[in-house]
Amino acid sequence: MLLKHDIEFTLNGVTKRLTVDVTMNALDLLRDVVGLTGTKYGCGEGECGACTIRVDGETRNSCLMFAVDFDGRDIVTIEGLAADPKADALRESFVEHGAVQCGFCTPGMVMQASHILDAHPDADAETIKRGLEGNLCRCTGYKKIVDAVESACCGGR
Amino acid sequence: MNVAEKPVITADSLIGQRIQKKDAPEKAAGKTRYIQDMIVPGMLHAKILRSSRVHARIRSIDTSAAKALPGVHVVLTAADVPDQQPIGVARDHLPLKGERVRSLRDEIAAVAADSEEIAEAALKLIRVEYEDLPVIATPEDAVKADAPLIHPAPLDADGKPKTVPPKTPIAFAGKADNIAMRFDYTHGDVAAAEAESDVVVEDTFQLHYVTHCCMGVSGVIAEFDASGNLLMYSNTQVPFLHKREFAEYLNIDPSRVRIIQPPIGGGFGSKLDIYPFEVICIFLARAAKRPVKMVFTRKEEFLASPTRQPVLLTLRSGCRKDGTLTFRQVHTLHDNGAYTSWGATTPFVMMQTFSSLYRVPACDYHTTVAYTNNPYAGSFRGYGNLQATFAIEQHMDMLAERIGMDPLDFRLKNAQEAGEVTGQGMTFKSCGFRECLTTAAERSDYRKKHADNLAHRDAPGPVKRGIGIASMLHVGGGAKIYPSDGCGTILKLDDFANVTLITGASEIGQGSETVLSQLVCEELGLPISAVTVVNNDTAITPWDVGVHASRTTFIAGNSAIGAARKAKAKILAAAAKKHGCDEATLDLRGGFVVVAETGEPVVELARLMRNLHFSDKAELVMTTFYYEPPSVHQDKAFKGDVSAAYAWAAQVVEVEVDTDTGIVKMTKVTGTHDVGRVLNRLGLEGQIEGGVVMGQGYALTENLIVENGVTRNPNFRDYKLVTAPEIPEMDITFVESMDGEGPQGAKGVGEAPAICIAAAAANAIYNATGVRIFALPFTPEAVYRALRGKAEKPHWEAWQPE
Repeated sequence: MLLKHDIEFTLNGVTKRLTVDVTMNALDLLRDVVGLTGTKYGCGEGECGACTIRVDGETRNSCLMFAVDFDGRDIVTIEGLAADPKADALRESFVEHGAVQCGFCTPGMVMQASHILDAHPDADAETIKRGLEGNLCRCTGYKKIVDAVESACCGGR
Repeated sequence: MNVAEKPVITADSLIGQRIQKKDAPEKAAGKTRYIQDMIVPGMLHAKILRSSRVHARIRSIDTSAAKALPGVHVVLTAADVPDQQPIGVARDHLPLKGERVRSLRDEIAAVAADSEEIAEAALKLIRVEYEDLPVIATPEDAVKADAPLIHPAPLDADGKPKTVPPKTPIAFAGKADNIAMRFDYTHGDVAAAEAESDVVVEDTFQLHYVTHCCMGVSGVIAEFDASGNLLMYSNTQVPFLHKREFAEYLNIDPSRVRIIQPPIGGGFGSKLDIYPFEVICIFLARAAKRPVKMVFTRKEEFLASPTRQPVLLTLRSGCRKDGTLTFRQVHTLHDNGAYTSWGATTPFVMMQTFSSLYRVPACDYHTTVAYTNNPYAGSFRGYGNLQATFAIEQHMDMLAERIGMDPLDFRLKNAQEAGEVTGQGMTFKSCGFRECLTTAAERSDYRKKHADNLAHRDAPGPVKRGIGIASMLHVGGGAKIYPSDGCGTILKLDDFANVTLITGASEIGQGSETVLSQLVCEELGLPISAVTVVNNDTAITPWDVGVHASRTTFIAGNSAIGAARKAKAKILAAAAKKHGCDEATLDLRGGFVVVAETGEPVVELARLMRNLHFSDKAELVMTTFYYEPPSVHQDKAFKGDVSAAYAWAAQVVEVEVDTDTGIVKMTKVTGTHDVGRVLNRLGLEGQIEGGVVMGQGYALTENLIVENGVTRNPNFRDYKLVTAPEIPEMDITFVESMDGEGPQGAKGVGEAPAICIAAAAANAIYNATGVRIFALPFTPEAVYRALRGKAEKPHWEAWQPE
């Protein structure tokens, strides 16, 4: 029999109480239980960054977390960024700079970029590249993504 | 001056502007629903059981325990679908394998269940007994006279080969050898040209396995309605071809197959063929009478989606002392894998590069595509051209060095020009090749750096700098492979002067929605925001051959312009009639009908549209257009002008080679592309940059390691994609050769940027170190060995059929 566990966490500003299987991973919780599909499955083993979310402000690969790890945490997904004006500017910057092609990596990229912006408001291109190292993109060659984040950093100055 | 009284609307062109991608805001907000995100009420989840052996006879399959698992709806094996038809270009591939598995990816059984977890659990309960067969791990072994057959003829009860009617597909009839395909092409007299050569070089090059790594894994949803009509949600790049093929496999009328494409998480050619998982998902939906969804894991994506084709290539090239190319002779051996997909047909493109990238009086080209027990090769951005260019462009440098000529001058001396009809019959109507070469060379300071690096080769310090150039030719105006290479458009204007652009051309992230909208708006004088694009439902959109061959901007673009021009003529005629003026004096700008000469508004377009709709002779402004390019099918000798236009590029790659570690760092790429004309500058730059970095991965980091048929690195940890900190500085410029047939003068560019990078990198490494490496990829280990003379030079005896 599967063990279940009660958890309570904040998801995009709203408190959630759920009972989850202890084996469930956090990405499945977000996508299949809560129904927020902006967070993507790209590899399931923490290599591609498509499932990047923010946990207590830090970025994490949600595919590497258990759902029970959400207990007591503040979780923000790409859908939750909508409430943040800084994130609005970041998303607009992605659009304006052509940083989006097929778009599958984009939510993870935007989440990671939002963290770079918070942690390094004056980040230069090299810092941004290092910050995005864990997020794979097959379409853009990264340059326009780096440009978009750099512009959002400068824009915030 | 009283502007307010008499406003003037100027003609502001959208062409060449930086236009934001129409679908980008949704994607950046995480709102776009890909196939992975879709839920169809009542749907089941499916998984496939794949072979655990590389090559084996299947003795038995026992699915009874899987069928008994609660939550399992259907378990299928080949025995359950006796009507299954072979798929693929050679019809050598049954989706479910019942008697024999020929590679590790082979599909043996499939389960549809209430959840993915239950389906996974059911797979573990299926028992398969195998009898191992000898594994053919290389194409060299496959073509040996005594090689075991990958597709032997089926035997009758007496153990003799069964007699089958003529034209029986390979999947049922077998094949008497391991040769999947042969290609033989020639122009000119190679022997005579060789006799006239002052210098001849011959080398063998080895190209490796790589795979597409679309960030969105493969997936499909299939469902049948109560009348037996099939609806598929599919990531395909060729919906109209697949509609026909699925109907054939299911033995139903094609009108009963409808394909809807949700937004696609990357294509790059991987979605040009029908794969077993799609057919199997249909079988499951048919059996379960429920919608069935099947989505790959990343590991499955690595193991069971197509690859770029590995190639062994021996090239013999000659020139005169004055730098004139004399001939090329090419023998290649392609690893087909166990089944035939589009990878087998890449010689179509390879031979074009050998015959026509430069003026070469004689060219002789032979390819053997051999069956092995490896993963099978499909189509991948560049379609054989990366492999061909890798060999040719190294030989260009080697020949230049032998005759003491600068590599750039050598290329310029032999470069094609507009007006050339090549030995293969390709006609270069627009050709900015020379300008690409000179621009890329000047912007990168190629000549000076090339000389400086040579001079510093023996300077102290482990890190050596190198610079290399390479060029490419690729189709840029479609490719006439199918009976039609066309695309249809339906254009509808509503009573607010908004446009619905219904096109057959699919969006796979490359930006076709945006560039097609731009071309329509240029004709109708409307902002991009006035256009809604419908492009993903075969029940609505007009026919298109598919997203491949860098054709969409050119073909779908011309189609969209055709429909827009018809709409414009209709609108101007109506305006002229209503306002009593000559339609030839009118134009559309800024949402108004205006007097062309002065820009003076005549009537607001939306108002005119409403008047048209609500008049006593009510009329809709709705037009259709089908564009077929003026290209031709090649004849049986592969000759003919297969594309309506050709794209050119030269790319200069700069590297730093750490001779202590073998690490090659790509520091800068200077690329100049003849794109005909820049349409959406932002989208174009993005395509080029993405292609350059894909080429960088092919050259330096990506390597799908297949040993004895087993893929050793099916994950992003061990299959190394380029990451953000590793990208080179990129200086991308464009030559606008204004193609006469192109939409607003433009040509296709989707595949071009990935093609020369590996070749240019090889030349750069040679420039840095004096060591030429003939095999890809240039991993630290390979480079380290090569620098110490320990690299084994690729070699094979060019194989000829008896």
